[in-house]
Amino acid sequence: MNGPVSEQAITRIEILDATFRPADHAEQLSQNDSDNGALVTFTGMVRDLVENPVNAMYLEHYPGMTEQALETIIATARQRWVLGHVTVIHRVGMLYPGEPIVFVGVTSRHRREAFEACQFIMDFLKMDAPFWKKEYTPEGERWVEAKSSDSQAAQRW
Amino acid sequence: MIKLLFFAQLREKLGCTSLDHPLPTVATVGGLRAALIARGEPWSEVFADKNVLAAVNQRMAKDNAAISEGDEVAFFPPVTGG
Repeated sequence: MNGPVSEQAITRIEILDATFRPADHAEQLSQNDSDNGALVTFTGMVRDLVENPVNAMYLEHYPGMTEQALETIIATARQRWVLGHVTVIHRVGMLYPGEPIVFVGVTSRHRREAFEACQFIMDFLKMDAPFWKKEYTPEGERWVEAKSSDSQAAQRW
Repeated sequence: MIKLLFFAQLREKLGCTSLDHPLPTVATVGGLRAALIARGEPWSEVFADKNVLAAVNQRMAKDNAAISEGDEVAFFPPVTGG
């Protein structure tokens, strides 16, 4: 980590094979952190839409590179904003509608840094982190296609 | 030799998860793509696609990136995490 960080600023990255509870990670971020007045979290979940029914989703990843890519993204965020704790949790394996896929939590002294860093981390995770989603639908299996709106989102930074 | 890894749709189309491969004559990611295209189908169709991304030793790499003996080179579609 570069830049002015409190000694207690912790980065946690977990790639998990089983479902997790975003609320537990949000709670953990807010404990023992009286320096920071702001906590911003984002949770991405598996959707099952009438116009795009999904029975299950498989998340593939590149072990080793995923952790490194997330570390690099978080380190870049820490250079840009003074942050407290940062946690990124991402599922791999089989997921079902309603389950959380990704959780990003950021603390900072005041809210601006936490809001911006949380969005930055998600925008770059969408573009650079080696995960691939495969949907299992009533009509068969389908790999999710990358969206140009995601690479455009990262460019605004 | 270098170690090649394939992910997601690429892995399915090639029917291959990983492969040990000699260092290509042109020791770059672009040189490696050309060597794979020269293998014929299905490699030629898969690697003709410009949207196939590459990583060398777990860092994203462009076609002009150098490859050395013992490196790990992965090929994959645009990522869809998050």
